[in-house]
Amino acid sequence: MKKIDKNKLILGLAAPVLAIVAAFIITSAIIGATGKDPFHAYQVMVDFGSKADSQVWIINKATPYYLSALAVAVGFRMNLFNIGVDGQYRIAAFFAAVVGGYFTLGPVAIPVMIIVAMVVGAIWAGIAGLLKTTRGVSEVISTIMLNSIGASLIGYFLQDGRLAKKEGNLIHTPYLPGSAHFFEFPTQTKPIYGFVVIAVIAGVAYWFLLGRTRFGFDLRTVGQSESAAQASGVSVKRMVITSMLISGAMAGLVGMPTLLGVSYNYGTDFPTGIGFTGIAIALLGRNHPIGMALGALLWGFLDRTGTQLEFEGYAQEIVGVIQGVIILCVVIAYELVRRYGLKIQQRKVGEELAAQASKSDKAEAAA
Amino acid sequence: MRRVSTITAAAVSTAALAFSLTACGSSSTESSGGKDKGVGLAYDVGGRDDHSFNESAARGMDKAKKDLGVGGRDMTAKNGETEAEREQRLTSLADAGYNPVIGVGFNYQKSIEAVAKQYPKTTFAVIDSVAAGSNVDSVTFGENEGSYLAGVAAALKSKNHKVGFIGGVNNALIQKFQAGFEQGVKDTDSKAQITSQYLYPNNDKGFNDPAAAKDKANGMLDSGVDVIYTAAGLSGNGSIEAVAARKDCWAIGVDSDQYQQAGLEKYKDHILTSVVKNVDVAVYDVIKSVKDGKPLSGPHQYLLKDNGVSLATSGGFIDDIKDKLDAAKKKIVDGEVKVRIAPQQS
Repeated sequence: MKKIDKNKLILGLAAPVLAIVAAFIITSAIIGATGKDPFHAYQVMVDFGSKADSQVWIINKATPYYLSALAVAVGFRMNLFNIGVDGQYRIAAFFAAVVGGYFTLGPVAIPVMIIVAMVVGAIWAGIAGLLKTTRGVSEVISTIMLNSIGASLIGYFLQDGRLAKKEGNLIHTPYLPGSAHFFEFPTQTKPIYGFVVIAVIAGVAYWFLLGRTRFGFDLRTVGQSESAAQASGVSVKRMVITSMLISGAMAGLVGMPTLLGVSYNYGTDFPTGIGFTGIAIALLGRNHPIGMALGALLWGFLDRTGTQLEFEGYAQEIVGVIQGVIILCVVIAYELVRRYGLKIQQRKVGEELAAQASKSDKAEAAA
Repeated sequence: MRRVSTITAAAVSTAALAFSLTACGSSSTESSGGKDKGVGLAYDVGGRDDHSFNESAARGMDKAKKDLGVGGRDMTAKNGETEAEREQRLTSLADAGYNPVIGVGFNYQKSIEAVAKQYPKTTFAVIDSVAAGSNVDSVTFGENEGSYLAGVAAALKSKNHKVGFIGGVNNALIQKFQAGFEQGVKDTDSKAQITSQYLYPNNDKGFNDPAAAKDKANGMLDSGVDVIYTAAGLSGNGSIEAVAARKDCWAIGVDSDQYQQAGLEKYKDHILTSVVKNVDVAVYDVIKSVKDGKPLSGPHQYLLKDNGVSLATSGGFIDDIKDKLDAAKKKIVDGEVKVRIAPQQS
């Protein structure tokens, strides 16, 4: 028993280590190919990224990334590829901003807005779930199309005289009242968004729901084999819709740190693309709540230091390349390690079977 | 497996936390050199080589480097940036001692306001927007007036009496282009049909998506439009390319004299003219004012009468209608024609 654990520990560590080493070598080669010194680049990144204000920046940046990764991971665990997190969080944040901006909600503003966001996100994702179960439409297609529909819908309402107001070249929903500003943790430099607490709670909820409940077990079973789940009495259709709803509700939270902590409105400058970053981070963190947290922080770190690298004369695109290389390396490394582990296991089982066979042979011979 | 990976993850995260705690204390903005390093230019999406808006700003910086002997550095925005990234870029520049720090594009308005407060001794400038702050120079242009002249030229050159306008993003700034263009066309040829379309309702990607502009332009060309005016930053390259593939069709460029641009050389015989926004003049003015110790601040408009906007004449395609254009220009400068800044609702 102990021996197996040791093997598994080594295998478990091998994948991330292999990925990091490979990513490190490849990026060094790429930076080297652009005629720059890669080690100086790493030094700049570590120096700049470890500064106090950078840490705050990274945590603030990682919070929406983490929520987005959780939303994607819920789908991943059951083999659903929700590409639509991007559209879901934007439309959710937009309607939350409208509700918060136009109605006087007083002290309940924040909970109401969060609930509105989660409900809108869930509905938007639920459309894809419904299409999949009733018409057999692949969720990959429908969610990506819903992104575009969502963007157009926001574009329609986000105009002067409809649901938005003009401020110079920016068009946005009305500013939220002070009661709808989320609390912050003051630090020596800039404050950390209080929404990081919600992100941690969401991470724990994700871990508990998937790892410790019957629903989570069903969900993972469906992910591993639909027919097996069906045979054991799980309604796959219901699971598809439920998990899309949960994924969408989680996606609804993605825009909230920005809405309740920075911009206080949904405008033409609201960040886009976090839903796609979430896919990368879910892959990187292997859908594990802590793995994804580390992945989100790593992404924040790379974003933060990327601008500094440009400042130091490196190509701006280097960080994008690093991010891409890391994902490829992680995916490949995990697959390699998985296959290697499988091979070891097969060999071991084979040896045991052979040993058993020879034992029974001997026994027969003796008899 | 599950337990083991949880333990390793916990160990790693503890180590990371410990590392981050020990690193607390020093801030990246404390290590500043603070020396005067010249101009810090932060581009909007598309970057220095967008053949259009940013490139015009870059020319202003290059001219200042040459004439005034100042140093300088430029940085570029990515698609889908957040406020945090823009602030970081401006902070890096101001902190390293660049002065003035110029945000090229209205996206920088809020971040300039935020960063300008932290660096009261540095002069900031924002192009295409008005930002608050006593050390901020806000530069805007009379795009509607320049576009009016483009409208006059388009109406005179269109054989089918059908002209098109493509905007990158449907916002107040680009609507100024549309309004002026439409008014110029209507005042010249009241029977002309105008098709005005936007690439994106409210996504800045519209300034960095040539493929979308190409599609839109092809759609217009198929319906008989033969002059297309595109105000969409880098995206405009796509519509110029589409226009150049057809016979007897004209493209009107924007922001820089697009006929002159090496990257568009293949298509230059189809570039009728360009509505030049002299961002370079404004950028140069700010740099010079700082160099002379009299930094500009407050809102500054660069209109047709100040040569802040003009029609490019390279290629000589509008030489034959020069008289009419000059007459139209005179009417605007004299105040006889008021050019709208928002399109008429049809």
